[in-house]
Formats: sequence, C-alpha cells, structure tokens
Amino acid sequence: MYAEAMPGESAVAAMQGSLLFGRLTLDAIPFYSWVAMGGAVVTVFTVLLAVLWVSWLGKWRYLWSEWLTSVDHKRIGVMYIVLALVMLVRGFIDAIMMRAQQAIALNNEGYLPPEHFEQIFTSHGTIMIFFMAMPFLTGLINVVVPQQIGARDVAFPFMNSISLWLTAAGAGLVGVSLVLGRFSTAGWTGYPPYSGSDFSPGVGVDYWIWALLISGVGSTMTGINFIATILRCRAPGMGLMKMPLFVWTAFCTSILMAFAFPALTVVAALLGLDRTLDMHFFTNDLGGNMMNFANLIWIWGHPEVYILILPAFGVFSEVTAVFSQKRLFGYPSLVYATAAIALLSFTVWLHHFFTMGSSPNVNAIFGIATMIIAVPTGVKIFDWIFTMIRGRIIFHPAMLFTIGFIITFVIGGITGVLLAIPPVDYLMHNTTFLVAHFHNMLIPGALFGYFAGTQYWFPKAFGFKLNEFWGKMVFACWFVGFYLAFMPLYVLGFLGMPRRLEHYHNPDWQPLLLVAFVGACVVLVGIFSVFMQFYVSIRDREQNRDMTGDPWNGRTLEWATSSPAAPYNFAVIPQVDSLDAFWAMKEKAEAYSCKDHYDPIVMPKNTGVGVFIGGAGFLLGFAIVWYIWWLAALSLLAVIGLLMFRSSQKEAYEIISAETVLSIEQARVRHYPEVQSAMSERSPS
Amino acid sequence: MITVAELIREHEEESLENRAYGFWLYLMTDAIIFALLFATYVTMFSNTAQGPKPVDLFDLQHVFIETLCLLISSVTFGFAFLASVQKKLASSVGWLLITLVFGLSFVVLEVSEFLEMINEGAGPQKSGYLSAFFTLVATHGLHVSVGMVGIMMMTCQILFKGLTKPVCSRLFRLGLFWHFLDIVWIGIFSVVYLPVFI
Amino acid sequence: MPSSLAVKLSKWLTILLAVFLLEGCNLQSSPILYPKGPVAETERDLLYLASVIMLFTLLPVYLLTFWSCWRYRAGKGKGAYRPDWHKSIFVELFIWTGPLVIIVIIGVLVVVYTYRLDPYKSLSSEQQPLKVQAVAQNWKWLFIYPEQGVATVNELAFPSDRPLSLDITSDTVMTSFMIPALGGQIYAMAGMTTHLNLMAYEPGRYQGRNTQFSGRGFPNMVFDALSLSSNDFSGWINHVRRAGKPLNIPRYQQLIKPEMSHPVEYFSNVEPDLFNKILAKYTGQGDALPRQKANNLE
Repeated sequence: MYAEAMPGESAVAAMQGSLLFGRLTLDAIPFYSWVAMGGAVVTVFTVLLAVLWVSWLGKWRYLWSEWLTSVDHKRIGVMYIVLALVMLVRGFIDAIMMRAQQAIALNNEGYLPPEHFEQIFTSHGTIMIFFMAMPFLTGLINVVVPQQIGARDVAFPFMNSISLWLTAAGAGLVGVSLVLGRFSTAGWTGYPPYSGSDFSPGVGVDYWIWALLISGVGSTMTGINFIATILRCRAPGMGLMKMPLFVWTAFCTSILMAFAFPALTVVAALLGLDRTLDMHFFTNDLGGNMMNFANLIWIWGHPEVYILILPAFGVFSEVTAVFSQKRLFGYPSLVYATAAIALLSFTVWLHHFFTMGSSPNVNAIFGIATMIIAVPTGVKIFDWIFTMIRGRIIFHPAMLFTIGFIITFVIGGITGVLLAIPPVDYLMHNTTFLVAHFHNMLIPGALFGYFAGTQYWFPKAFGFKLNEFWGKMVFACWFVGFYLAFMPLYVLGFLGMPRRLEHYHNPDWQPLLLVAFVGACVVLVGIFSVFMQFYVSIRDREQNRDMTGDPWNGRTLEWATSSPAAPYNFAVIPQVDSLDAFWAMKEKAEAYSCKDHYDPIVMPKNTGVGVFIGGAGFLLGFAIVWYIWWLAALSLLAVIGLLMFRSSQKEAYEIISAETVLSIEQARVRHYPEVQSAMSERSPS
Repeated sequence: MITVAELIREHEEESLENRAYGFWLYLMTDAIIFALLFATYVTMFSNTAQGPKPVDLFDLQHVFIETLCLLISSVTFGFAFLASVQKKLASSVGWLLITLVFGLSFVVLEVSEFLEMINEGAGPQKSGYLSAFFTLVATHGLHVSVGMVGIMMMTCQILFKGLTKPVCSRLFRLGLFWHFLDIVWIGIFSVVYLPVFI
Repeated sequence: MPSSLAVKLSKWLTILLAVFLLEGCNLQSSPILYPKGPVAETERDLLYLASVIMLFTLLPVYLLTFWSCWRYRAGKGKGAYRPDWHKSIFVELFIWTGPLVIIVIIGVLVVVYTYRLDPYKSLSSEQQPLKVQAVAQNWKWLFIYPEQGVATVNELAFPSDRPLSLDITSDTVMTSFMIPALGGQIYAMAGMTTHLNLMAYEPGRYQGRNTQFSGRGFPNMVFDALSLSSNDFSGWINHVRRAGKPLNIPRYQQLIKPEMSHPVEYFSNVEPDLFNKILAKYTGQGDALPRQKANNLE
C-alpha cells in the first residue's frame, strides 16, 4: 500500500522507467475503482462521439479552416467559451460527486475510495479556476473588447491563437489524467511537502504542475496581448476615461494576468524541479521550506481572484446601464475603484495563511490591507444600484444575474471581511465556512457575470438572441441552487467541519450535507438549462434574428457592428468623442448611415501554427509527466521550430474587397427602418 | 482611393510598432520571474543543510571572465544593431557572429562551472540553497541560450531576406532581450557572487 | 410543464428550508458558537461583533436593491425616469465614506484583537501553564509531556485550572492543529515549531483534529482533548505512567508508520528531548533521530 523510497536515495527521479515509455505502463489505466474507470470510459467515449459527430456532419475542413486555425478574436473568444462550458460540466461532475459522497459518508466509506475523492476535490478546483473561469473570461474579453474600443482586431492575433491552444493543451492534460494515471490529490493549491515526490510520488501532481505551467504561459500572453490592444488599438478620440467599463476591467485583469501569472509559472516550475530533479525548494529536509511556496502561490493566487472577478464586474456595469436604460452612475468612481482593487490585490496574499504562525504585526497589517479592498468593492455595488435608480429596469436574464449577484455577493463580502480578521480566521480557516465564502465570491462574483455576459453578447457573436425563458431558468436554478448548496456549508463551518473530508463521524453534519447535495442537484438543472437554452435558441434562431446589430438598445461601440460582427468589425474606424460612443452616434442619427463606397480591408490570414504549438505543448507536458524524455525533447524542438518557421514566414493577409464590405454594411442598415418603430419608444429622446 | 499594397504597408507598420510595445511588456513579465527567483535565492541563502556554503563554491576569476563575455557581447550586439540601421549588411552579420561567440563562451563557462560544482558534490540536489542557486543562474543561462538561437536565426534572416523593415524590427527586439539579460546578470553578479567575495 | 414543475420545486424547497431551520437548533453542538474556553470565547465574541457591524452594509444594499427594482421596473414602476442622471456628489460621498467608516471600525478591532489573541502569547493565570509538545504524524497526534516524562497518542489531557501551552511540530506533511471548542488553529510544519496557548473553563471532553488535508487518513486524524480537575489530572498522569510502555527510538520509528487510525495509547518514560530530536531530523542541527523512508500518502 505504501511504496517506500528513501529521500535522495536514487540519483534523480527523472531517471525512472523505460527509455521508450518512461514510467507509463498498463497500470496507468484506472482499475483501482469502478467509479474512476467509469470516468475514464465516459471521457474516451465523449471524445470519440464528438469526433464521429463532426465526421458524420462532414465538417472537419470547415472546422479546421474557419475555426481551429482562426486568428479572428471573435472566433477565438467563442472557442474559449466552448472550452469553458465543456470544463464547467466536467468540474461540476466533480462537485456533485463530492456532495454525494459527503451526503452519504456518515460513519461509512461512502461510494468513493479516499484516493478518488481526493483527486476529485483537486481537479474540481483546478478545473473551475484554470479551465472554466479563465477561458470563460478570456473568451468574453476576446469577443467584446476589440469591438468596444472600435478596433478591427487585437494587437497580436497570432499570439492570441497560441494562447488559446496552450490553454486547451492544459485542459487536455487534465482530461488525459482521467484516463491515464491519476490526477493530483494535493488540492488545487498543491501545498508541499504533501505534493512533493516523497509523499506524492505518482504522476498526479505532475499533471497538475504541467497543466498549470502550459496554460499559465497562455494566460500571461493573453495579458500582454490585451494590455497592448487596449492601450494601442483604441479608436481615435477614445481617451482612457471614455473607455467602456468592461474595457477598463478587462484592462486591469490583463495587467494582473501579465504580472501575476509569472509567479504561478515560477512556483509550479520550482515544485516541478523538486519532484523531477530532486531539488529542495519545498521539501521537509535539506533546507527546503514550504512557507516559500505558500508565499509564491498566493502572490499569484490573490490577484487571480480579481482576474476572475473584475471582468464580471465589467459585465455587470454594462448590463446594469443598458437594462436600466440609463447612463452608468458614477463612472469615474467605478474606474478608480477597479484600479484600486487591481492594485490592492497584490498586497494581501498573506491572509491565505494567517495560521502559519506569523507575528501579530504581520497578520494585522495584512488583515487591514485585505479589508481595505472591501471599500472600492462596496463603492461598485452602490454605483450599480444607483444606476438602477431613476432608470427603467428590464428584467432580462442578464439583468437578473446582475441583481442576483448584488444580493448574494454582499454576503460573501461580509464573510470575507470576517475571515480577514486574523483571530476569526484562526477559528474558521480550513473549515467549510471558508469553502462557502470563496464559492460565495466566485459563483455570483465571477460565474454569474460570465453568464450575464453570455446572455448579453450572444447576439453579437451569432446574430440571434438567446431564449429568455430558458435564460431565466438558468438564473433561477443557479441562484436557488447556490443558496441551498452553500448556506449549509457556512453553518457546517460553525459546527467545526473541516474541508476535504472524505467521511466523517458527526451525525449533526449529515442533514446539512444532504441539503447541500440537493442544492448541487438544483445547480445540475441549471447546467442542463444552459444547454437547453442554446438548443432552443438555435432551433428558433430565425424568430430571434438580430438584424440591426443592436438588440438591446446598447450604448457602447460593439453594438455599432453588424450581428454577427463582420470579420473586420468596423467598415470605417469610428471617431469617438464621448463615453457611450454608440449612444452618441444614435443621438446624432449617425449610427445607421451607410457610405456608397468603402475601402478594402486587410486582415491577418488564418494559420494552423497556433494549433500545432498547442499540440506540441500538450505532448511536452505529457512526456515530462511520464518521463518520456525523447518525446519531451522532440516536442520542445517542435515548439521552437514552429516559432522559427512562423517568424521567417512572410506575413499572409486576407483582403476583404470593397464590394463585400459594402454589401455587409448595407444589410445592417437596410433592416434598421423595420426595427426602428419597435425601438422608437426606447430610443433616446 | 487607397491601394491594397498601401493598406498592407500601413497594417504592417502598425503591427511592428505593436510588437515593440508588446515586447517591453513581455520583458516586464520576465523580469518578474527573475525577481521571484532572486527573492527565493535570498530567502534560501542560509538553507545549506550542512552542505557546501556559498563561500566554498565560487571562483572569482571564472565569474569575472563570464561577466566580461556577457558585457562585451552586449556591446557587440549594439554594433550589430547600429550597422543594421545604417543598412550595412555584412558588418551587421559580422557583429552578430562575434556576439554569438561571446555568448557561447559565456554559456560554456557557465556550464563548466556547473559541472565542476556537481562533480565536487555540490549539485542542485544537495541543499535548498544549491537548488535556488542552480535554478536562478541556469534560468538566466537558458535565456542566453534562447537568445543565441535568436541570433542565429536573425543572422540567417539578414542574409536571406536582407535588412527589411520586419527583420530590423526583430533585430531590435532581440537586442532588447539581449541587453535585458545583461541587466539580469548584473543582478546575479551582485546578489549571488559579490557578497561572497566581499 | 414549467408551472407544475415550479410548484413541485417550491414544495421541495420549503421542506428543505424547514430542515435547514430545524438544523439551527442543532447549533448548540457548535464548538465555535458555544466555546468552552476563554480564547475561543473571545474569538467568538469578535466574530459576533464584526458580523453585527457588517450588517450595516448588508441592510442598505438589500433595501436599496429591492426598492429600486420595484420602483424603477419598466412598465409599472412609479419612479421618475431620468436616463441621464449619472452623478451626485452627495451619493459619491456616501458610498465612499460609508464602507470606509465601517472598515476603519473593524480595522481597529483587527489591531486590538490580533495582538490580544496572538496564539503565541501566554494566557494570564495565577497557575503556571502546562507544557505539552504535539507532533503530527500519519495520521495521528503524539502528545509529549516533557515535565511529566510521559506521552500519549490521540489523547490530550490537561488540568482545567491551568493554561495549556503547546509546542507543535510535524513529523510528516503540513497539518493544522485545532481544538475548536477551545480556540483557533495553527499549522504544524516539519523542522519548525509553532505555539498555541489554550485554556478550558471547566472539565470536559472536546474534540481536536487536524484541519489541513494530509492524505488518506486525514478524516481520522482526530484526538480527544480532556480537560480534567487537577486531582483527576494527577490521577490521569499516574494512569499513563502505569501503562509502562517506554517511548524509545525504535518504538517511535514504529509509531510513525502511516495508519488510517490509531487507538489512544499511553507511554511512560519518553526518550529524553524527543521533541527536539524530531525537529533535528529536518533542520539537521543537533542530535537527530535517524531519518527513515518517506511514505506515499496519496
């Protein structure tokens, strides 16, 4: 049961295994539990089914040339969101399995063996943060930001494609761990020394490390890309204080991505060096110190929370203004609050380990720094409420998510301030109270925002609106499910229940865990509704076409393009002179004018190099996880070779002719009179 | 009416400007990686676990020559870039090759230092301190090696494509990278080696 | 279909809500809300105080949200529509200073209580504190009583009228030591010592545990904390001494083998300076126990 290895006894761990397959053997297939085997079989079959389905439709060529190789920010954004939705399902399966296990496992082992339960809580966290939330927000930013700033594309379209495929490669590694070998059992933060090779010699933690490293590089590049895009590609006249709020939050998130993700790269790489090359950064002995790990990972980890939440704040700002049919209240306040949050997020990381024995000086300083973030966050909440006041609120699903967010997030904010008080944290740390708190921040604070964004911008990406009934179902189930699933966890925290418990002996806990399980089931209906909404909306798409490109009487520039937006977004780059640029255009009746002649437009041509780099990145990670060194060397060479190839290639362009531009623009404007009458009661007076 | 060729030129110029800008951002992210490795090195300075201590490890002369190689290579890269600005193709390639020689000597010296330490039983597996030392210095060394691959590639591009705008812009960015590594090395010299010799 | 579904759903939700509320009565079993010692009680009072203060943010947000949703709803809302109303110095002042004032108040609490409840600070008492050294193992707790020369596994007894002063370390991965009824937790890390000062008001039996996931046996890594009257405590010490098993180095090496759970066990005659020898295994400084093979805990 317990494989034994003397620390530092063998030369280096990396020398294990055979030359050809490293340490990959038939034992890698999960025969240890029928549930794990089931997971492996389902994964393989899902992939096979997807492949067969595309083949049956005969769409491989279309998929490859129009989507996978695309450097169009809108398509890349949509692919990010598809990845996020797939991973949402996977991460949610983990969640409901954990809830089921804990609902059962009073004085018994439940249905999951401990080693499987441990993999599940690790993969749930890892997937939801890195492969659900990150791609979701990156996808929204990709689809929307260039259109909101009046640009035709991002600053680095090709790098954008690489970012996407590196993220997908990381997600792929997590997926493969389900079939070959195991995933980490060390929790999503992978604290050593438990995650070191002495105590976790399997491949699990290596999968975790390489999934993070590879997708982390992608996120860093996304950060760089959008800082450059937002600073350099804005339409003329759009000063910083005229940028829509979503652009501001995307900008702050990009800065955080670019400057926080290197810390993740460092900490994951150092842990990898410990494990693969037997170094001693975080080991118990020979001078290692795990406290350095805790510092490094949270130097990334706390800004990461705001990376996830800020774009959602941006969505809420846009949605509140549009569906209250009113100008955003306190725009400068919102901007300063966003910037303050981004800045402060780098100064609070120590609150994740108040219980490590720091002096009261240190704990008190970090406690206060943490609570200061509550001030700008509170300001934002009030600004949104005051945007609704004196408006005409339409309860579109996106708006419901926003209101649901406000009243739920406040509870999370309160428990957050409680946890920021070090002595209270001594009591509640590592309990389910903490689990309830951060889900209370991230589900309403991030996921509700992404859902709201999806409801709001879907027509811009696809040209038709989403079904509102199912949208309301999505909201209702997630909202109710959230309260049922997590309020009991707050109470369980008071009852002293630690997190990550595979079974327990306290009968007082079970009724609450049953309620939490029911909550998870309600969320399951919510996830079903998400896909039902897509199905129904695609089925009825002809009734819900957005002809003018402006289905909600919007205020910002993305609504000045056709729906779905043409590859070039804007036939003529707009001149901006006020905050709500498109609103101003409508007021001046310039929004739907069409010229009789347009210039041709130059766009970058699609390229498959990004896909290949992602593929090579995946193989590199896989090879290092299993110590297949020849494959690792080969894939590394492939990445370098592909980059060199791309750099020496002559830039290829897609020329969109003046006639094509003209016909697209005429179509957008032609339908305007038809819908104008319907809009007139809502249009600006 | 604007011709397609003009549009492409406009597009290309803008994209090259963006790249220079983006490269600065990339260097900032890389600087953070080094900053954290420096911080790790400093916190692990005394974690020698009864193994060799920094004072027993380094050879001043060796480090001096390494530093010299890298500093000179930075100057020669500067000459290569100036030559490219003046459209002197041969001179630019020549200076690049000289830079490559100095870069290579630096890497060879560093690798030989590492091998010597490992043979003396002071490998990265020995203690937390040595893990931090090897990781910090080797990360810089890896960057230099990547830079050398870049120099080779740029040499080929200059030879085959001439000093076109995109090639010059790439050379400029590679130069930023190369000088950045110099600055990092000065940091390594001051934090890792200098305190030992003083 | 949706309406009948909604009816069914709401029926179930009502039942669940009832279960949830009934569970509220069970809160008496909460070690955190009904603490049994001065440290935990002060921490709990702080929790209550801060929660009440934070309610001052909850209320305006809820009231304003529901009120504005009702009053300004499209169609039937009675509120005046002013689509260009986007700034007001008065409102800005209120929304910046309101949260700020609350945070300043709680900030003062943070400073005062973080020093007052510093786990390293010894508790004021007329009695000398009892020193106990706790060692986290897979997956059990070893308690060494250096003054009495005895040790126990998974049972921590102490007199109820004296403070308890714990030195904590780990002989495995990082864990977290906590007796919820008596006070907050602190991490246990190999090669390092952390401290915790606790006290119980009265004799009783409380549960202590590791709260930091540490592998397969983590759910069972619990121990009994027995607060005894001083007479009972001397009786208990004699009882442990009579167990007669010495805890020497070979037996210690046996003890640290991973076990999914371990019964309460008593040792008399503990190897002198055992705690420091365990620390020295990792720091390499001083007289160390022999290093043994690490265990796969996955």
